[in-house]
Amino acid sequence: MTLLDDFLIRAALGGIGLTLATGPLGAFVVWRRMAYFGDATAHAAILGVALSFAIGMPIYAGTLVVALAMAVTVASLAGRGHASDTLLGVIAHSALALGLVAASFLSGLRVDLTAFLFGDLLAVSRSDLGVIWVGSTLVAALLAWRWQGLLTATVNEELAQASGIDPRRERLALTVALALTVAVAIKIVGALLIAALLIVPAAAARQIARSPEGMALAASGIGAVAVLSGLWASLTTDTPAGPSIVVAAAVIFLFSLALRRR
Amino acid sequence: MTALIATEGLSVSHGGAAVLDRVHFTIAPGEIVTVVGPNGSGKTTLIRALIGLERAATGRVIRAPGLRIGYVPQRLQIDATLPMSVRRFLSLPRRVSDAEAAAALARTGVAGLGPRPLAGLSGGQFQRVMLARALLSDPQILILDEPTQGLDQPGTAAFYKLIEEVRRETGAAVLMVSHDLHVVMSASDRVICLNGHICCEGTPRVVSAAPEYRALFGLGTGGAFALYRHEHDHDHEQDAGHGHDPAHPHHAHAHAHAHVHGPGCSHDPA
Repeated sequence: MTLLDDFLIRAALGGIGLTLATGPLGAFVVWRRMAYFGDATAHAAILGVALSFAIGMPIYAGTLVVALAMAVTVASLAGRGHASDTLLGVIAHSALALGLVAASFLSGLRVDLTAFLFGDLLAVSRSDLGVIWVGSTLVAALLAWRWQGLLTATVNEELAQASGIDPRRERLALTVALALTVAVAIKIVGALLIAALLIVPAAAARQIARSPEGMALAASGIGAVAVLSGLWASLTTDTPAGPSIVVAAAVIFLFSLALRRR
Repeated sequence: MTALIATEGLSVSHGGAAVLDRVHFTIAPGEIVTVVGPNGSGKTTLIRALIGLERAATGRVIRAPGLRIGYVPQRLQIDATLPMSVRRFLSLPRRVSDAEAAAALARTGVAGLGPRPLAGLSGGQFQRVMLARALLSDPQILILDEPTQGLDQPGTAAFYKLIEEVRRETGAAVLMVSHDLHVVMSASDRVICLNGHICCEGTPRVVSAAPEYRALFGLGTGGAFALYRHEHDHDHEQDAGHGHDPAHPHHAHAHAHAHVHGPGCSHDPA
């Protein structure tokens, strides 16, 4: 496939693949006010990267395991009413710092961890592309499969439980989806900007959407436009790709405010 | 007749503090039960326990197998970022056809509200939409959490009337929670007075005359009390508010035998 030999095509495909997951998942993050939760999971993923290098595990696997452990921990704390903003902040930033410190102890670590803080979409390989598309498709499928239950539990937990839907199970589904998304996204947008990719397109989509489904799809679409515009900006003005994508999404958000439906 | 939902000596505590204490509760098919109690008396916790969202410290909750519950929440804290029309809401959790949705809205007196955003409804419309959604699951029991909060008196009376009609048509049991002391639905088969434990229970008239009820709600200090009744019922014998001395709440009440005292029920509002 000569098409995929072009790094720019790979970058575009990687970014668009990611928006399959970040659109609908980002909608839930916004609806359920899980922004900080997303941050905590993403920051903990740096610890997963360091551990992966330490024990020679594939980075995606190590990141997924640590992100999942972090997400489940935070979710169970939230379920018991312990998850204040303060506690989440302590956990998130401690995990990030611990990951960076742990990495410095690894002798002979030649990979610069900052690549995982900010990501490098332009360095996406063919195998990365495979991981991104498989992971994102899994997340989108998981959310589609549980959509009605997730939405009911988001609207009201009692209402869900009375209908025989266990809100804890739905929360777990979102937790797994979040960890999976963080794991596939960390190489291309980096731990610090994953949450932005979840929230900003969804926030922009809110202004034009009239149904939950419409908002999730619009968030994916806006995310894809942001990926392409960010890449273009990166190419023409030599700016870093990941942050450029988030800036593009933020610009779309500003325009969406003008389009707001009354 | 076996109970739809029952609790046996149910206790629930939150962070070490007992919220419910050895509550024995049961509701039979077709029965209308109203639970009244002041704020913090455990009404919401009882509902959450009956639905299955609270873990029992002791005792247990027994639900009839395959029980279909129609739940009407007090309010929904839908985040402003979630775009949700009335029509879309009716399709939660089961997707219903447009015809089913329209029929449910018409039944509860809010036909044509489908395209409206949920966030833009008035209190009365909101409760009727919640009820319409609950009816779509063909419930054996309707559970309503303070359904008339925020409604004015005519709105409350109209909503109670609607509940009675629905009960007559569907035969569903109705469990209603209220701290609305001024109007208690007279159609209730039983009223349960809750304050952590069951203080007293019985028919609405019996409970409204019970000293436990009066002590709990401080009616001796001039609070008004009226049963909502049908238009043809002009019986005012239960009207309260005449200088009842709170220091002697036990006197002058020849209350019937039908009501049950809970253990350790304080007759002293302090």
